[in-house]
Amino acid sequence: MYKGIGASPGIAVGKVLLFKKEDIVIESGAVDDVEKEQNRFHGALKKTREQIEEIKRRTLAEQQAILDAHLMILEDPELIGGVEGAIRAEKLNAEAALEKVMNMFIAIFESMENGYMKERAADIRDVGERLLMNLLGKELPNLAKLKEPVIIVAHDLTPSDTAQLDRENVLGFVTDIGGRTSHSAIMARTMEIPAVVGLKDITQHVKNGDILVFDGEEGIVLVNPEDALVREYARKREEQLQAKKELRKLINSSTISTDGRKVELGCNIGNPKDAKKADENGAEGIGLYRTEFLYMDRTSLPTEEEQLEAYKAVLEIMGKRPVIIRTLDIGGDKELPYMNLPKEMNPFLGYRAIRICLDRKEIFKTQLRALLRAGIYGNLKIMYPMISSVEEVRAANKILEEAKQELQHEGKDYASNIAVGIMVEIPAAAVISDMLAREVDFFSIGTNDLIQYTTAVDRMNEKIAHLYNPFHPALLRLIKLVIDNGHKAGIWVGMCGEAAGDKRLIPVFLGMGLDELSMGAGSILPARKQIQSLSYEEMKVVADQVLQMDTAEEIEKFVTKLCK
Amino acid sequence: MQKQEIIVKNETGLHARPAAMIVKIASRFQSNIIFAKEDHEANAKSMMGIMALGAAKGERIEIRIEGADEKEAMDAMISLFESNFGE
Repeated sequence: MYKGIGASPGIAVGKVLLFKKEDIVIESGAVDDVEKEQNRFHGALKKTREQIEEIKRRTLAEQQAILDAHLMILEDPELIGGVEGAIRAEKLNAEAALEKVMNMFIAIFESMENGYMKERAADIRDVGERLLMNLLGKELPNLAKLKEPVIIVAHDLTPSDTAQLDRENVLGFVTDIGGRTSHSAIMARTMEIPAVVGLKDITQHVKNGDILVFDGEEGIVLVNPEDALVREYARKREEQLQAKKELRKLINSSTISTDGRKVELGCNIGNPKDAKKADENGAEGIGLYRTEFLYMDRTSLPTEEEQLEAYKAVLEIMGKRPVIIRTLDIGGDKELPYMNLPKEMNPFLGYRAIRICLDRKEIFKTQLRALLRAGIYGNLKIMYPMISSVEEVRAANKILEEAKQELQHEGKDYASNIAVGIMVEIPAAAVISDMLAREVDFFSIGTNDLIQYTTAVDRMNEKIAHLYNPFHPALLRLIKLVIDNGHKAGIWVGMCGEAAGDKRLIPVFLGMGLDELSMGAGSILPARKQIQSLSYEEMKVVADQVLQMDTAEEIEKFVTKLCK
Repeated sequence: MQKQEIIVKNETGLHARPAAMIVKIASRFQSNIIFAKEDHEANAKSMMGIMALGAAKGERIEIRIEGADEKEAMDAMISLFESNFGE
């Protein structure tokens, strides 16, 4: 038995495939033709870039960011300049020059104390290895096409190895090196395949065709165990798969309580890639599409056309299902360098979100025009963030009307009947939700900010983190008020804060009468399963009980016990 | 030459995402942009160089810029640091 670090839960039983890379020996002799070595180096850079771009096209969204970082390494002036310099000054051949520069960077990163930075050495090594193979005209082995289901045993798996993994046939993998936060461990969890890392020298103890049994939770690996044990693990594995399958079965079912109350389960997303994940996890809609990503990591505002493309991409993935797009919510903790927003003493109480949009109308109108135009491609709804008064809703709607008229004049296609709602995240909005309900088509309660503003707790301040509490009676009372006021006015009420995916609070929210809950993709199926097992009438009683409780602690205890 | 000392204020320090933002913006300028921490120096147009500085929250960095557009480049670098890289 070998003990390593459990990196990704699940049990795997299967045949071993040893994944080995050849040891490369670099011959370093002085070269005469410096020009030729420089050209070889640049040729390898180009080929490596093409290969990484190709891998990127075929891989999961989660892997793409890492491959983007690899592409940046390839363009790095310190790397390119360093290798060119070593060829020129030391008359090294391209291979030796590359190895020298790469080793220098790897050594720097490996010596860092921060675990995250240490891991970056793996990225540099990965890119360096590929560059070197291309210089030598050799091909890197990969795990893209496997003939049969196997367990991979390797010294380590690089980011580009895991990006190419044949997910159909890999039952799991075990490696000599790595920890829980290694790239390979993170990717195993994302791909939901079991893995054990940090086994030190497991590659020395197995050969191709051995039977391996391992538990990715415990980090235990057995090589050629007796039949009884293999059967035992195979049975455990079957049980786990069954439970997962049961959950997957709910993908296309509706979210209805035992007594027929329907709740819509939406997903919170930040970009079109997330929408795919929402779809794969059975989302009945997008309850919150944060549009900030369109504005971040760039040096100027996104154009109307750029925005239109991003909104359209999500709408096309979701088809007839509703997609609630929140207008720009910057300021507070989210800043945009190119907007040069002044520093504030209290950014969360300052110039942010709808306040910026109503002040800098040109920015807001560009977004509204893009939204109106995108509306013809699906079921789009617009949501304004940080609303605290009726005036703000009217002012925003006025700009929306202007945008419509402009598009009308220009003869551009747009959806004229888009539903407009607000995020209820400021206590003032909750308190006057009866009035606001007459102005809009829906409410979505944003619990993250509502907790922070209701209890005057800065959620970034670690010192008072314990005071940031979704079970606070004041918060639950406000939520109930908003739901009741919305329903009285005949509009639907949803929730898109983190609390919406909390299994301890879902029964309470069901009982309070929320119509929609929007959460992270991974929470949707478990939430559906939970709601399908609950009775609305019973949860109404539970919600009333909870609303009578005096303390957050009492509430938390009560609801935690309830969902066990 | 422009010179200015700044303190890294964002939670995670100069890891990949902030480094990528620095490179993106630094590359728009012709000037040579150097970050110095103690006796280490890094080219601000190099992601690996910046990350290799290993600057964590609370650490000081000196920005040195030399070239035709050094003033604009310094303004852009400072406002990027002041924005905490959008964290």
